[in-house]
Amino acid sequence: MNIVVCIKQVPDTTEVRLDPVTGTLIRDGVPSIMNPDDKAGLEAALRLREKYGGHVTALSMGPPQAATMMREALAMGADRAILLGDRAFAGSDTLATSSAIAAAIRKLDYDIVITGRQAIDGDTAQVGPQIAEHLSIPNISYAQEITPSEDRASVTVKRVFDDRYQMQRVKLPCLLTALSELAEPRYLSPGRVFDAWREMKVENWTSADLDINPAVLGLKGSPTRVKKSFPKAVKPAGAVIRLEGREAAEAVLRKLKENFIL
Amino acid sequence: MSLENIKDYKGIFVFIEMTDGEVADVGLELLGEAGRLAKAAASTVTALVPGDGSVKPYEKLAAYGADRVVYLQNPALGAYATLPYTRALQKAVEELKPEILLFGASPIGRDLAPRLSARLRTGLTADCTGLEIEAASGNLLMTRPAFGGNLMATIVCGEHRPQMATVRPGVMQRAAKKDAQAEILEIPVEIPEEDFAVEILETVMNPPSKLNIREAKVLVSGGRGMASPEGFGILEEIAALLGGTIASSRAAVDAGWQPKDRQVGQTGQTVRPDLYIACGISGAIQHVAGMEESGIIIAINKDENAPIFGIADLGIVGNVNSVLPELKRQLESATA
Repeated sequence: MNIVVCIKQVPDTTEVRLDPVTGTLIRDGVPSIMNPDDKAGLEAALRLREKYGGHVTALSMGPPQAATMMREALAMGADRAILLGDRAFAGSDTLATSSAIAAAIRKLDYDIVITGRQAIDGDTAQVGPQIAEHLSIPNISYAQEITPSEDRASVTVKRVFDDRYQMQRVKLPCLLTALSELAEPRYLSPGRVFDAWREMKVENWTSADLDINPAVLGLKGSPTRVKKSFPKAVKPAGAVIRLEGREAAEAVLRKLKENFIL
Repeated sequence: MSLENIKDYKGIFVFIEMTDGEVADVGLELLGEAGRLAKAAASTVTALVPGDGSVKPYEKLAAYGADRVVYLQNPALGAYATLPYTRALQKAVEELKPEILLFGASPIGRDLAPRLSARLRTGLTADCTGLEIEAASGNLLMTRPAFGGNLMATIVCGEHRPQMATVRPGVMQRAAKKDAQAEILEIPVEIPEEDFAVEILETVMNPPSKLNIREAKVLVSGGRGMASPEGFGILEEIAALLGGTIASSRAAVDAGWQPKDRQVGQTGQTVRPDLYIACGISGAIQHVAGMEESGIIIAINKDENAPIFGIADLGIVGNVNSVLPELKRQLESATA
C-alpha cells in the first residue's frame, strides 16, 4: 500500500503574539513546525505501511528552509521526501498550489494520498479536496480512522461531521484529509534522526520536473489575490481587579445587573 | 476567462445545506447576507438545493430571502456525498452562471466548495467573516482571519467567475422572516457511475449534548485552569442558574475533559452569546477568535497577565476554586 503524504511547514501560530500597542504581529522567534494535521496524516501513513507494507513518500511545496521539516519526515520514517521549490510557484493560492502538488503526485506510485485537514497558518482546508479533483480520484475529508479492506482495494474511513460521524468505504486510489486526532505522532529515535540527516536525502523538484502547463502555476495560475491584510480591530478592555471569594462574586453580580442579565 | 464572459455571470447564489430534512442554520444566515449584498449590488438571491425530491423547502427559503430556489434533483442527492453534489452544483453553475456562490464553512461546505472550485478552475476563499461588494469594480471583497486569527486578509477574485467563498457559521445574521414567494426552478441532474466511489456504511449520531453552544445566550466556559473534568461540574451549575450551558477551550477538549462539540475557537465553533464567562482560560488568540463578539465577557483567571483580560469587560484576577463556589451561592440567592 503506497501512500503519498502532503505536508506543510508553518509558523507555530500558538506562539504568535500581537503587539498590544501597534496591533501588529510579533513574528520574531516564532518557530516553524510541521503542520499538526499533516503530521497526524504522516503518522497514520507510517502505521499503515508498518502493518500492510508499501512505501510512504512525504511531499511538500515550499521555500528551501522547508527541507528541515522534510528531514523530520524522514526521521519519523518516510521512505522518500520530495520538496517542490521554484520561483514559478511563488504567489500560489490554493488552486495553483493544488495544481502543482497534483502534478507531482502524478509522477509517483500511490494508492492513497493523505493531506492534513487544514494548515494552521492559512486555515483554508481547500488544498486536499482540490488535489483530489485534479487527480480525478474520490476524497473523504475529516478522516479520524482509516482501515484497509482485506483485499486492499478499498479503505473504510471514519468521517467526522459536527453532530455525527459516518463510516464510509472508498475504492483506491483516493485522497483523505486527516484530522489531528487521526494518529498521535511518534517520538523520534536518535538513530532515525541521525540517518535522516546523514544517510537520506531530500529530493528537490522544480516546475521543470512536472508535466504541467506553466499558466496554472504561481501567481498566474491563482484566481484569488490578497487585496490587503490588517490587524484585527481590538476592543478596549474593561476593568481588571484582583479579588477572591465573596468580593469577586459580588463584582460579577454587579456587572450582570448593570447589563440587565440578572 | 475574458472580461466579456465575466459579464454573463449574474446573481448571488447560496448553497443550502440540508440536515435530516431541515435547512441548516448556516443556509439561512447566508440568505440574509446574500440579501444584504444583493441590495448593494442591485442583484438577486438564488438558493441552490440538491436533493432526492423528498423535501423541497421552498416556502422557508422564500421567507428568509431567496428570490429564486433552484432544486437540483437526483435520487443520489438525498444525503450529502462529495462527488454527486459536486456534479449537481457544476451543472447549476454551467447553466445559470452565478456571479457569486456562497457556502457555509461547515464540514460539508469545506469539502464541497474546494472540490467544485477546482473543477470550475475558479477562486475560492475559505471561512470568511466579512463580505462586501466593492463599489468601483463590483467585485466581492472577502475578508477572513488568517494566521490563527491574528490577522485579517481581504481577498478578491477579479478575473474568474463565479466568485466563491465559504462563510463561517454563526457570523452572518439571518433576515427577518417575511411572507414572500420565490420563483421555483427544478433541474434534474444526471450522476455518472464514476461519482459513486464512496459508500456510506453507517451513520452514528454523537451523544445528544446539552444546548448547542452556538444557540446559547449564556456560556460558562472552562479551560486548563479548571484542572480536571470534575472542575466543570460547578460550571454546569452556574450555567444552569443563568439559563445557559457550558463551553470550553481547546486545552480542555484536548485533555479529554469536554467533548469536541463544546469547543470555542478557531478549530472549534464561533459563538456570540449575550454573556460569556471564561473560567481558567488564558485566552490564546485561537480561543478569542471564536468568542470575542460576545455581548459581555467576564474572565476569571489567577494569572494577571492572561491575554483573556485584554478583551474582558470585567476581569477578576483570582482563583476559580475560590470565586466560583461563591458566585454559585450568590446566584442562587439572586435567582431564588
